[in-house]
Order: sequence, then C-alpha cells, then structure tokens
Amino acid sequence: MSIRIMYLGQLADIAGKDESEFTSSSGEIDWPDLVELLRNHVNPEISAAVDDARTLVAVNGKVLSDKTHLDARDGDEVALLPPVSGG
Amino acid sequence: MHRDIRLLTQPFIPGALIGPFTNTCEGLGGVCTFVGEVRGGGGVEKLELSHYEPLTMNGLQQLADAAADRFDLMGLLMVHRIGQMHPGEPIVCVSAAAAHRRDSIDAVDFCMDHLKSAAWFWKRELRDGVWHWIEPREADHADLLRWN
Repeated sequence: MSIRIMYLGQLADIAGKDESEFTSSSGEIDWPDLVELLRNHVNPEISAAVDDARTLVAVNGKVLSDKTHLDARDGDEVALLPPVSGG
Repeated sequence: MHRDIRLLTQPFIPGALIGPFTNTCEGLGGVCTFVGEVRGGGGVEKLELSHYEPLTMNGLQQLADAAADRFDLMGLLMVHRIGQMHPGEPIVCVSAAAAHRRDSIDAVDFCMDHLKSAAWFWKRELRDGVWHWIEPREADHADLLRWN
C-alpha cells in the first residue's frame, strides 16, 4: 500500500510529473512528512510551492480547510491544488 | 429540474446539444444559451485545460444545485471541454430553460461567472511555442462578486 500524490496545474510542471507514490513505514503521512518527502524525493521547488499559502490540498476528493492538518493513510489520494484558472 | 452536466475531451457542436436539451423541458417559456470559444489573436496557438475529476465534476454539480436553488429553472445544460483546443473551438456551453426569460438569462450569467473564476480547472496557452499558465482576470473575480 502507498499514498498517491497528484500534482495539478503548474505543480505538475514544477514536479516534472503528474503523480508520485510514497510509502511510509507507519502507513501515515502528515504535513511536515509530505513537505520533506517532496523536498528529498522530488525537488525543493515543488516542496516550496505546496507550502505556498495559495496551494490547497484535497484528500480523496475533499479539500482540507487547513492543509497542515493533513493525515493521509495508506491507499489515500492526496491532490496538490494550485490556484485555479477557471474555465 | 432536468440537468445535463458533462466534461468532454473531444470537440463538440453546441447547436447540436440545444434541440435535445429543450425537448426535455416541455412547456418552457424561454431558453438562453451561451457558448464560449477559445479566443484567437495574441499569438495563441493552443489552449489546454486540465482538471481533477473528483473536484471538477462535483464542483459543476454543486454549481448546478446553486443555480437551481436561486432561479426557477426547468432545465440546465452545462458542457465544458477539457484537453487541448485551438482558437475558434467551443470551450463551454451553458443553456438554461425556464418558464420566464429572466430566470434563464440570469442562470446562464450566474453559471458563467462561477465557471470563469471558481471552477476547478487549470489552463495554459501556447504562445510562440511556449506554454503560459493563466489565472482569472480581476474582472472575472469582480463578476463573481455580483452574485453575493
């Protein structure tokens, strides 16, 4: 089992990919874990971009009101959402 | 209220949607339809719209719910393209059917203002061979505030 990270919009450009999968020995990833995983396993730019106040986070299709309360478990899909462009 | 909400990955012909849609709204008094196309000029070669299915489709359904609560509608059609498009191609079609014209006209205006700045889409355009990400204009945000 792992946790799937989806990069939306310009975050996919910054990450250089559309998604990543991370496994954690505890089966859980919190916000500091995610920022660090991105910095160490993707690149520092994406880590900084998701920490930006305008970047929102959704877990399994639900947007978190406070992304720093992230508590992702094995099998979850975490979407990293930059400001929308609209249609 | 009859609703038809779709995300399409291929080009579509807005006119072909309207007849079948209005046929489902028996007894309507008015139907208003808006079609948005990819704007040409400014060296734009292509526009690409990306989405995140769990949020984008839910967001469109919630927008339809809000329009249904606010206006007296018999039907609402909201069709949006995703993927790559060229200037002149339809990108969005919103059509509202109602017993009276004001509800249909205002519902389309309401849906378009919300789609333009608050829908879960990310957009970039290819100009002179380089992709540029786009954010809503100030005017789009101001348009949305009209409905508060």
